[in-house]
Amino acid sequence: MTDYRLTDSTLRDGSHAIRHQFTPDQVSAIVAGLDDAGVPVIEVSHGDGLGGSSFNYGFSGTSEFELLEAAVEARSDALLAVLLLPGIGVRHDLHRVNDLGVDVARIATHCTEADISEQHIKLAKKLGMETVGFLMLSHMIEPDQLLGQAKLMESYGADCVYVVDSAGAMTLDAVRTRVGLLKENLSCQVGLHAHNNLALAVANSLVAVDEGADQIDGCATGLGAGAGNCPTEILVAASERMGISTGIDPFKAMDTAEEVVRPLAPHQGVIDRDGLILGYAGVYGSFLLHAKKAAADFDVDTRDILMTLGDRKVVGGQEDMIIDVAAELQRHAAKDST
Amino acid sequence: MRCAIVGSGNIGTDLMFKLLRSDSLQLGAVVGIDPGSEGLRRASDLGVATTADGVDWLLDRAAEFDLVYEATSAHVHRENAPRYEEAGLKAVDLTPAKVGPAVVPSVNQLQHLDAPNVNLITCGGQATTPIVAAVAAVTPVPYAEIVSTVASRSAGPGTRQNIDEFTITTGSSLVDVGGAGRGKAIIVLNPAEPPILMRNTVFCALTKEADRQQIEESIGSMVEEVSSYVPGYRLKNPPIFDETPVDTPHGRYEGRVISLLEVEGAGDFLPAYAGNLDIMTAAAVRVGEAIASVEVPA
Repeated sequence: MTDYRLTDSTLRDGSHAIRHQFTPDQVSAIVAGLDDAGVPVIEVSHGDGLGGSSFNYGFSGTSEFELLEAAVEARSDALLAVLLLPGIGVRHDLHRVNDLGVDVARIATHCTEADISEQHIKLAKKLGMETVGFLMLSHMIEPDQLLGQAKLMESYGADCVYVVDSAGAMTLDAVRTRVGLLKENLSCQVGLHAHNNLALAVANSLVAVDEGADQIDGCATGLGAGAGNCPTEILVAASERMGISTGIDPFKAMDTAEEVVRPLAPHQGVIDRDGLILGYAGVYGSFLLHAKKAAADFDVDTRDILMTLGDRKVVGGQEDMIIDVAAELQRHAAKDST
Repeated sequence: MRCAIVGSGNIGTDLMFKLLRSDSLQLGAVVGIDPGSEGLRRASDLGVATTADGVDWLLDRAAEFDLVYEATSAHVHRENAPRYEEAGLKAVDLTPAKVGPAVVPSVNQLQHLDAPNVNLITCGGQATTPIVAAVAAVTPVPYAEIVSTVASRSAGPGTRQNIDEFTITTGSSLVDVGGAGRGKAIIVLNPAEPPILMRNTVFCALTKEADRQQIEESIGSMVEEVSSYVPGYRLKNPPIFDETPVDTPHGRYEGRVISLLEVEGAGDFLPAYAGNLDIMTAAAVRVGEAIASVEVPA
């Protein structure tokens, strides 16, 4: 019996950090390494979930269904998970991944829009998959509002509801109150998905465990959107030192991170100014690389783009607004200089 | 031409206000199923005949009408559509049921004037298909993708429980009506307060040879055409050309043109932020008037 169940999202959230260019060989190697280390659940999808391959979010180098086939082949004990955002992916995608042998469907909505997940959660349950509701940008609303949305997901049949800190903007108390309130009032499981923009991902995850969280997400080396996720190998090592059981071999987790994942993104783990700004302004982490490209294309500052997006209360999925804001900032700059 | 609205919710009520201003369409009745409906009360206050007895009431009086607007839900329309046709009533469908051909006033409505049933796709389809068609009119569009973002408050329970119907129906209209080789639609709900105006972003993949100036002119005149019936429809920026080639699982796209649109509602009944609903009811009136212009009233 472990104290929480770790889901490794290197091959989903980490996909943002390498612009959705995972190859089947990389997937095989990462899945084999994590599985051997004892990681119980491994998520594989486009960074924006099934169907995310697009102009708006970046096209996949290899179709996610092909990557999932490689993952199915490479795993022995681990469960395989996918992410799906209603509005981007469709039910047909769930049928397809269920046929491939995927075990867990994670259905994500903005934290105030849980009712758009009903069709997908119910279908995943009907197909016999374990189902997780994923409330993105959970920092944007008050804990009691979040509980209301979590209850909706539970009522559709979710086996677990996650507090998702997509902007890496939550501090320790923000996590404690939200996870605590959900644990107290839901009969299903509760999870936390943390980002490291304020360098709090590991601490926040441990606070969540302290509040009784049943599931926690990590990514090898922290590979993920924005300044990255909670690094799996660090969370495992810290948990062991605190006497919290994960069932994962820390040395093997470190080896996979260092030897298989680190070469893909050697600087992962560095929180630079733009990464920090995401957490500070509360902006969706996967906007980062798109904002850097737009800043270069339109000759404006990445930080100005991110701060403007924060002011406009843009939500996950609105990557198109990065171009909108960049074009507007460029127009204003031109006006100011004439 | 004598018409009726079936459905007395937000869409039906907004449509009522627009139809009452039309010269060629005479609104004869608003049909609901709930006697306590706010929409029926408003219709009755404006002197429009109302009933809470549903479509049976209308079918009993089918000879008094020519055209019916369906503003209920997709599954209700699938049941009603054959009954309208049998009764000799033409139907304009504002649900994503897609029983009849998809029509967009500025693109293809003249092709389907004879159809017994026409479908208005979705709000996102009405807002974005014209831009895809404008680009496809001057250069091949191997792939088109749209992102529609609407205020959470303007997305009712029907949209929420059937969000896949939005993405699938809209995506296929980019191909069937817009003329793209492949299509993909994304919808995002934004809960910000005050509510945001409806936003649509249209990405069209381009070939190397595409004439940028011709594309920009074609988009410009299409925006003008759509804004003739949806006054709040506008480009936020001139079209943006991105020449970075992109490799995808479906091959390489040499570049793309990005159109950033905003739709402000006319505020007939629904608030100005609900441009997504306004564009549907405005298109419905436009399509009805086109049908009326070729039909001799019975």
